[in-house]
Amino acid sequence: MLLDGKVPTGPLAEKWDRHRFDLKLVNPANKRKFDIIVVGTGLAGGSAAATLAELGYNVKAFCFQDSPRRAHSIAAQGGINAAKNYPNDGDSIWRLFYDTVKGGDFRAREANVYRLAQVSNHIIDHCVAQGIPFARDYGGLLANRSFGGAQVSRTFYARGQTGQQLLLGAYGSLMRQVAAGKVRMFPRQEMLDVVIVDGHAKGIVTRNLISGQLERHAADAVVLATGGYGNVFFLSTNAMGSNVTAAFRAYRKGALFANPCFTQIHPTCIPVHGTYQSKLTLMSESLRNDGRVWVPKSPGDKRKPSQIPENERDYYLERKYPSFGNLVPRDVASRNAKAQCDKGKGVGETGLAVYLDFADAIARDGQDVIARKYGNLFQMYEKITGDDPYSTPMMIYPAVHYTMGGLWVDYNLMSNIPGLFVIGEANFSDHGANRLGASALMQGLADGYFVLPYTIGGYLSGTSKADVTTSHPAFETSEQEVRAMVDKLLGIGGKRTVDDFHRRLGLIMWEYCGMSRNNAGLEKAQAMIQELRSQFWQDVTVPGSAGDFNQSLERAGRVADFLEFAELMIIDALARQESCGGHFNEGYQTPENEALRNDEAYCHVAAWEYRGSDAAPTFHKEPLTFENVHLSQRSYK
Amino acid sequence: MSAQHLHLTLKVWRQKGPRDKGHFDTLQVRDISTDMSFLEMLDVVNEQLTLEGKEPIAFDHDCREGICGTCGAVVNGRPHGALKGTTLCQLHMRHFQNDDVIAIEPFRAMAFKVIKDLAVDRSAFDQVIQAGGYISVNAGGAQDANATPVPQDRAELAMDAAQCIGCGACVAACPNASAMLFVSAKLSQMALLPQGRPEAAQRALAMVRAMDRMGFGNCSNETECEAECPKEINITNIARLNREFFKAGFGSRAK
Repeated sequence: MLLDGKVPTGPLAEKWDRHRFDLKLVNPANKRKFDIIVVGTGLAGGSAAATLAELGYNVKAFCFQDSPRRAHSIAAQGGINAAKNYPNDGDSIWRLFYDTVKGGDFRAREANVYRLAQVSNHIIDHCVAQGIPFARDYGGLLANRSFGGAQVSRTFYARGQTGQQLLLGAYGSLMRQVAAGKVRMFPRQEMLDVVIVDGHAKGIVTRNLISGQLERHAADAVVLATGGYGNVFFLSTNAMGSNVTAAFRAYRKGALFANPCFTQIHPTCIPVHGTYQSKLTLMSESLRNDGRVWVPKSPGDKRKPSQIPENERDYYLERKYPSFGNLVPRDVASRNAKAQCDKGKGVGETGLAVYLDFADAIARDGQDVIARKYGNLFQMYEKITGDDPYSTPMMIYPAVHYTMGGLWVDYNLMSNIPGLFVIGEANFSDHGANRLGASALMQGLADGYFVLPYTIGGYLSGTSKADVTTSHPAFETSEQEVRAMVDKLLGIGGKRTVDDFHRRLGLIMWEYCGMSRNNAGLEKAQAMIQELRSQFWQDVTVPGSAGDFNQSLERAGRVADFLEFAELMIIDALARQESCGGHFNEGYQTPENEALRNDEAYCHVAAWEYRGSDAAPTFHKEPLTFENVHLSQRSYK
Repeated sequence: MSAQHLHLTLKVWRQKGPRDKGHFDTLQVRDISTDMSFLEMLDVVNEQLTLEGKEPIAFDHDCREGICGTCGAVVNGRPHGALKGTTLCQLHMRHFQNDDVIAIEPFRAMAFKVIKDLAVDRSAFDQVIQAGGYISVNAGGAQDANATPVPQDRAELAMDAAQCIGCGACVAACPNASAMLFVSAKLSQMALLPQGRPEAAQRALAMVRAMDRMGFGNCSNETECEAECPKEINITNIARLNREFFKAGFGSRAK
């Protein structure tokens, strides 16, 4: 079946304005008659919940954390893009649009990306009005820096804590609406099912993580803002609680999952150093503005970095990509780091690391300037590794960071299930096969502050209001299914822990569905995952009970979903017989080892429909048409 | 630096729920790599307890990179442990010695009820923010971001305060369980920026009232909060809070 993205007609630059005019409005007095559920309170969910409440809707907001302020958007470091062109260096809405489409390796929907670039400027205006302390120049105006994949300085930042500041801004707006009585906040609640009545999303079933009680919540529309699924790899830069469960349970209820194999491996993370390790830590990409990436020229060189003379170092990114240098997009930087390590040139105890060296920048600008820009990152690096990056180069290696894939949505950010909207990282829409740095914060806030609040009105005004209560049989069925799964997990009584299974799954995914993939490996991984999943359901042990604060049970449910979802990623990767962005199939590369797309056959979104736990999903295609940018081989040389 | 392996004795607070009295359990832990974070050490302990058929230790944690503010426990009497400017997730075992005895307790305060073991309820912080920890601006109406310049040093001071992660260590450290450092950090961020001035008086009165209502104590200049704050928020923010509060009380019509 061909999917319709419902992209409005007309010239690209006018589509959003025209569409906003064409959307039916909900009368201000009627807005208070509508209840909207928002699941997740990160940049997308927090901003959406606050804005919907400002407009007059009644909002119920849910998060699994103890407070909405803790959503993992908070950990975003580097910055947020906008097409303000304050530095006067040639930026424009068109250039941000173009860079994003190209950076995504031409696998995103043009109209969505253009809209994103358009609203980017409003985000900065709003966030400054909220009191977000962005970095400023001496004259008091906002400062900008450049970021991977762009040749202009369009990134706004608040030291290395931009995500924190933007999230706390959205959280403040959300708390204001809680105080106003327009938002009811449900922290420490995990969504475990979406309830569909007559084909429309009408509510959710949640588990209260303190009491263990299952709860039913009804509404006129449901918004999922539940983030990405990077933790399918076990080790990632995501928070420990980040999961696919809400999105996956929606998938099981009929929502299509788009491009699940598009995952982003971030080039600058602290390398893995032990089997007990629980997560990986990102070092902001902004470090590549001043740090130089290098490895020793000869394989197996175990000398200390200070003992390797200049002419025996290979600054491979600067050598291979003279115009972008260390600022190539993330997928390119990551693959190149892996290629160097595969040649035996990796550094550190494991040989799975490259140097990110600040010596030249410190000599040029002085230690004070570098400390002001990156002080908190250098400090974090030292805390974790015990090494001081002012005196010795950092060691970095790629790690799973972000997922471009997600639930399929149309131009209105609505899934194929009417009334079920998906925003932020949880949807698939704007980043194609690779996301550019500082674009995730932009997309989350664009969706939440400036897109969804309009488009959801179009749905609500165009649908007859059915007052569904939580006593509807669909809620009963959902709750029974959720309860059955919880009881099943607790009843297995096996001998292996949840983390044990999760770690094994992660190793399989990293090995066969990570930075580079091949068909034989993917097929092997599929069989391994099926085997691991069947072992899980026979041999996992989940201590404690259902009616309690039970963190093992929370994790067990999430890992059960990851085990099933991982196979969908493999199926998607196998179906896409090309390389593009973060999806690099070794069978498809240029003579210079760059990703080789096949636009004839794969210039589309692959969206998968659930057919059962052990049945193959059904493939649906949304063809992508590029009317405004020319499909070309990405070149960063 | 190559890793060493430690043998440790843990004395961990176990409490089934808010009504349970609670007690310390003593656990022997072996082969803890000095490269592990404190929470990874607890992960290892929990795996061991699970395989022994015992209940693992409940503790809150999420980002494990020191920014979400979810984690926190009192380690040997110090919130987030003894290392300065560090959250518990960023505290690494290389700061401990072989055969150390480590006492681990939840953050204790009247306003923070224990949920289970080391996990506490800090929703009182959200309620303090609801009273006024924001600027009342709706999405859509803002002027151009560069229309109001902000002197760089003021913006930097605002950012210093805005770094607060809301973990609650300041409350746990204070003999009065005061939340003044937390409240003053948010209030200072807003008070220092021109965007925050229109509501400054109302905000100061409302947030201080909410803090009192939630059962946090008052500040008696012990400065323990600053010493334990993982983000090293300065207590001059408390002085600013006091000034803003007095100005609001005597110099404005705010109620």
